[in-house]
Amino acid sequence: MKRLIRLFLVFIVSIHFPFCPLFAQANFCVECHMELEDELLTPVHAFKIDIHKNFRLDCADCHGGNPAEEDIDLAKDESFRGVPERLEIPGFCATCHSDPTYMRRYNPSVRVDQLDLYWESRHGHLLKEGDEKVAVCTDCHGTHEILPASHPKSWAFPWNISQTCGRCHSNQEYMEGYKMPTNQWDEYQESVHAFALFEKKDLSAPACNDCHGNHGAAPPEVTSISYVCRQCHPSQADLFSQSPHKEAYDEIGISECEACHGNHKISSPSDEMLGTGEKAVCIQCHEPDSEPYAIASNIKEKLDEFLKKVHYAKILLDQADMQGVEVSEPKFKLTEANTILVMVRNLTHSLSLEQIEEKILEGDSVVAEVIKAGEAAQREARFRKTGLIIVTFFIFLLATALFLKIKQINKKSSS
Amino acid sequence: MGMKRRNFIDFFLGGSLLGVLAAFLYPVIRYILPVSKTEVIVKKITAARVGELAPNTYKIFKFGSSPGILISTSEGEWKAFSALCTHLTCTVIFESESGTLLCPCHNGRFDLNGNVLSGPPPSPLESYHVEISGEDIIISRRS
Amino acid sequence: MKDLVQKICSYLDSRFKLSDLLQFAQKKKVPEHKHSFWYYFGGICLFLFFIQILTGVLLLLYYTPSVDSAHESIQYIMSQVKFGWLIRSVHSWTANILIGAIFIHMFSSFFLKAYRYPRELTWISGFFLLLIFMAFGFSGYLLPWNELSFFATRVGTDIASTVPLIGKSIKNFILGGPEVAAATLSRFFWLHVAILPLLTVVVLGIHVYLVQVLGMSVPLSLSKKEVKEIPFFPNFLLKDSLGWMLILALIGVLCVFFPWELGQKADPFAVTPIGIKPEWYFTFMFTTLKIIPSHVFFIEGETLAIFGFMITALFWMLVPVLDRNSARGKKSPVFSLIGLFALLYIVTMTALTYFLPGI
Repeated sequence: MKRLIRLFLVFIVSIHFPFCPLFAQANFCVECHMELEDELLTPVHAFKIDIHKNFRLDCADCHGGNPAEEDIDLAKDESFRGVPERLEIPGFCATCHSDPTYMRRYNPSVRVDQLDLYWESRHGHLLKEGDEKVAVCTDCHGTHEILPASHPKSWAFPWNISQTCGRCHSNQEYMEGYKMPTNQWDEYQESVHAFALFEKKDLSAPACNDCHGNHGAAPPEVTSISYVCRQCHPSQADLFSQSPHKEAYDEIGISECEACHGNHKISSPSDEMLGTGEKAVCIQCHEPDSEPYAIASNIKEKLDEFLKKVHYAKILLDQADMQGVEVSEPKFKLTEANTILVMVRNLTHSLSLEQIEEKILEGDSVVAEVIKAGEAAQREARFRKTGLIIVTFFIFLLATALFLKIKQINKKSSS
Repeated sequence: MGMKRRNFIDFFLGGSLLGVLAAFLYPVIRYILPVSKTEVIVKKITAARVGELAPNTYKIFKFGSSPGILISTSEGEWKAFSALCTHLTCTVIFESESGTLLCPCHNGRFDLNGNVLSGPPPSPLESYHVEISGEDIIISRRS
Repeated sequence: MKDLVQKICSYLDSRFKLSDLLQFAQKKKVPEHKHSFWYYFGGICLFLFFIQILTGVLLLLYYTPSVDSAHESIQYIMSQVKFGWLIRSVHSWTANILIGAIFIHMFSSFFLKAYRYPRELTWISGFFLLLIFMAFGFSGYLLPWNELSFFATRVGTDIASTVPLIGKSIKNFILGGPEVAAATLSRFFWLHVAILPLLTVVVLGIHVYLVQVLGMSVPLSLSKKEVKEIPFFPNFLLKDSLGWMLILALIGVLCVFFPWELGQKADPFAVTPIGIKPEWYFTFMFTTLKIIPSHVFFIEGETLAIFGFMITALFWMLVPVLDRNSARGKKSPVFSLIGLFALLYIVTMTALTYFLPGI
């Protein structure tokens, strides 16, 4: 009997072993806050997905205090920091995030200069002056549901960033007094970059931070805009830097790429931006009788000529295709012409008529070949129809002859 | 009158039958004949760059749709020929020990002017014009 | 001129001993009555088959049966070879017209009860010819190695694999492996240009020989009365030729205005195109399989359908033996009804394939 009771007790105790860890690490922060409401409750649930939790950090690691203490006053011991004031937030996060030795324990390759960069940014400058409206860490990264910027649901993920920035920067009421436009986000959404990022899911397409910086965010200076765009558009930037525009723009103080392409609402460039037409950008500065005006007009003319040829070639091939002639090879050749078209449009940044004409000459020989094939295909289609008419004529001739012969034979047999 | 009519119909039948047969035979014959692809007549081509070939070595390059051979002689001269042996169009090579062009198929030999030295080839190799333009070695047909 | 022809004929005759054959040909007669229009379809099938042989042999000159170059060789034929577009389009169009003609020939012979004694073997050999030509169509369709044909072959052989027990082995044998690949192309080419033509020569030889020896069958409704007969040479042959000329003109128009597509080169890793289906002459079976519920009692729907086809085919082949009434020269309305049902089924199922959404 005693043996049985002893066995029973051992059994009762041992089935609690799996639960020991829970008992050992009691987190009374969570336990108490679970019973509360609103903003005292939300952190408990939000923190479940927080990245700090993955690294086994919890409430006390940021807010201090003793999570093992059930009593609230004992829990809020001298290490307790509570909720930081808005002006203190950057420093609060930086306690760990600017400490290379500390951060190395969790991720040896993570950057630790965010706070330094932040103090150099517009947000940082204004915060130092006491402006509490500007963005601090939590405005962009969240408070208790912080995800790494590489996570698609993070507020700092490329296709979420513009929304995060836009939360303040598009709010006219909030931005009153800052003497800044508030249409950046609206304009950005209409741009090619937004299309690439949101529709084509191209994560390399720029969002706000790519041109303005992350923690050290500030608008780029006028003379450095082309350097910023150059990160992704090096060939256009090179051509531009070699052109007479670079010096001229820098002297006058015009912001290079932005002058023709815009800053936030960068649309797909069209050929109408060239030359001297209504929508051309050249006529914004150049007078009708000037040399640049003539060059602009020349460039557009050459481009249009080439375009016409390419278009004609395409029509020829499409027609031949519809008529059933096999033209997949010339069609493939035509893609070469399209490549040259892209290169010619790119070369317009150099403003060098010579370079453009050379490229167009290359394209001309390709298109000439395609047009030759296309015209041959058209001839082939006509030849086929003519051949059909002739052969069908002979066949019907033969059919008639057969018919007459049959009649003749029938007559003969009946007579 | 009946005889003429009967003969006419027979003639008509025979004639139209021949016509139809011809109309069918023509495409079949054209189909069977080898396809003559209009070759782009290559006139000039950059075969190599200066410094690419050591003296007394050679390089085979593409000239249009047939091979050419570029030789850097031991005196530093450049020679270029059509690499198609005039015997049975095998591709010739340059033999550095003898300083001659050799066709490995039937041991035909040519000198550095393209002339036949020995073996079955009936005529000299077509020689090309060599021009040095900057870094490029440009080969073109002699007109 | 006539003298020369005479001389040549007598030269050949004394060496080939053709006089008996020529006598037979001259005596050969064909009945002429209100249903004799259907007699032309046998000759039409033969004529179209010869067109296929001619164009097929010509295509062999430039086609290469390797996955790296099959599609390209067709593109070459369509664009570079003189009249290549014509030879290829004729071959593709005539294949479809031929199978259509075979169906017409088969059903007209069925309804006219031409299969009855003594022509049972003509019917049975004809049945095998139907299978052979459908195999021609199936194997030939893959040869251009384009997207549609690749996936249609995959779907078709997947269906073959659902036959219980031996299905997987059948599929493996047909494809030369577990899936449609290079081995399949060589195997289908082998079938299409060697095995099937050999089989055709034998079976078609038997079929045509029987027709010559037994003459044309006269429908039961007319056999009691006196039926007019016309000589085969030249009367019937001239009428035959007239039909052939008209078909030739039709093929010409189709090839110039609706040349056969080249398609995209097959990519085994591409997604199966939506709405992929086999060629029209297989669609009645394809749609049956799509429509049949997944389970009928405890039997899997597909298996039931395939069994159904096999039993039906067997029945169809043995109709001359099963139709006692016709064998005795009596009317056989039951079998006419069966034939009508079969015809309606095939036509309806084929039409449904193209009109029903989701197939």
